[in-house]
Amino acid sequence: MTYLLPQPTDSSLNALAKPPRIASAMQHQAHISTIGARAFLLEAPGDFDLPAQRRIWALAHALRQWDELSEIVPGMTNLLAIFKTTPEDPDAVMARLRDAWEQAESIDIKGKTIEIGVHYGGEHAIDLAALCDRSGLTDREVFRLHHEGTYTVFALGSAPGFGYLHGLDPRIHMPRKTVPSLRMARGCVTIGGMQTGVAVLTGPNGWNSIGFSDLQMFDPTAAVPAIMAPGDTVRFLPERIEL
Amino acid sequence: MIEIIDTGPLNTIQDLGRPCYRDIGVTASGAMDPLALKIANLLVGNDEGAAVIEVQTFPLRLRFRQATGFAVTGGTSATLDGVTLSPWWMKTGDAGQVLELLPSPGAARAYVAFAGGVDVPIVMGSRSTSLRGAFGGVDGRFLQKGDALPLGEASALSIDELGVVPPATALSEFFPVAPDGSLLIRALPAGEHDLFGADAERFWNQSWKISSQSDRTGYRLSGEPVRPTTPIEMRSYGIVPGVVQVPPSGEPIVQMSDANTAGGYPKIAGVLEADLWRLGQARIGSRVRFVRSSHAEARALDHAIAVYVDDVRNTAQMVGRALKTMAGR
Repeated sequence: MTYLLPQPTDSSLNALAKPPRIASAMQHQAHISTIGARAFLLEAPGDFDLPAQRRIWALAHALRQWDELSEIVPGMTNLLAIFKTTPEDPDAVMARLRDAWEQAESIDIKGKTIEIGVHYGGEHAIDLAALCDRSGLTDREVFRLHHEGTYTVFALGSAPGFGYLHGLDPRIHMPRKTVPSLRMARGCVTIGGMQTGVAVLTGPNGWNSIGFSDLQMFDPTAAVPAIMAPGDTVRFLPERIEL
Repeated sequence: MIEIIDTGPLNTIQDLGRPCYRDIGVTASGAMDPLALKIANLLVGNDEGAAVIEVQTFPLRLRFRQATGFAVTGGTSATLDGVTLSPWWMKTGDAGQVLELLPSPGAARAYVAFAGGVDVPIVMGSRSTSLRGAFGGVDGRFLQKGDALPLGEASALSIDELGVVPPATALSEFFPVAPDGSLLIRALPAGEHDLFGADAERFWNQSWKISSQSDRTGYRLSGEPVRPTTPIEMRSYGIVPGVVQVPPSGEPIVQMSDANTAGGYPKIAGVLEADLWRLGQARIGSRVRFVRSSHAEARALDHAIAVYVDDVRNTAQMVGRALKTMAGR
């Protein structure tokens, strides 16, 4: 039951109101910690930006050669490595991960370009007024800034096929809502902090909706279930603007 | 084929889940007590990861359309046509017979495996129900009265009755019991543990109550809140079942089998994988205390559980072969 955990899938830009205190960003070295005995989380130092994310992709690429891993889950400038069995020496694992991170060169994934038709405004744009208030922009300007942007898929997560899109114009950054909408529709085009995305499930959602798209982002029966992949480029095409 | 003639609202088809799609946002799902699932399958001659019915709301009643080997494990009291079955037992149900599962006081979930396994379609490598994604299992939903479940082809084992000592008993030396009755769950400190200052110790020292807002997605724990010394902003990170996160309320959430794939709350601890099945059997309203553990202890537990499962597998195969030989004489 999803109502249980409408947790911040990315709260990095609730940090809009106050400067973020991101533990790893305060250090120069990657921070490595554990979740249980088999999963290790490496967090990149520094800013939440494309260069850091490219290095995470490079690390993911390198770790795919490790037979002892069952799964690699890239997050936002971090990466979770899940081992098939409990490692005997966790310190040695951390040292190996740190080495792999040090050696990881930035990867510029030559992804595909995905064009997403958007109906800006209208009944699904439930947070448009609040965004105009906050930014001091007109609704037309908000739409323009949104569809003129070129976005990079940073990672997938939170819901099947949901892509976190990076590259939003800072003028329309908008913190997540403190009280999530309980039943936001699948297809809502949303802004969460400095990121944007398209809701893939109907349900609780703390991001701010400014429009709607009917592109199907995920099909569990397809050979490749998710349309987006990390490194892809996304552009939004204004199919209709409703003021 | 079996027919569901009565079911509580929250029962699903589960196997060991589809863990390798977290990187595209797909919840792993899978049994809350994977150990009980494996044992039930081994008792009926299946591969340990075949699909079964996970029962978490009772009663569940089902009817066999033809003679079918089945096994019931986990927490329940079961009857076949009104006759009580031994716990953790395999038996054959005849065509028309009715299996009924009632709740048990000590554990939350029961598993019913059938020879051949529940043969719903495989979606992304698993038959588990993904409630969040609305796929897998029976149309991605909870079981309903009237559902007819197809079964796969049974293996050639011709066992008629077989039981095992439940893991909580067989492995009792590995599972200490608290004097106050709290379930002791072993965990390791997670990334933000030390940022909780003195509250971190209170996290380990108190017993937490599993609140009624708990389900396959996660358990919300009630108790004296714990908070980081200053608010922490996190970047979204991949999560796995067993991660203990602390939302602003200060009351922890333990993510379980239907855990989201990414999260942003600070995490204070992570439950050992080897103890997750025990947490999966914890009932709403019961109490749990986290015990600080180590990788060495985790490996010892993994090993003990593997030995137990191997023992059941070998015994079931041996008995099956012996019975076959006798039948062939």
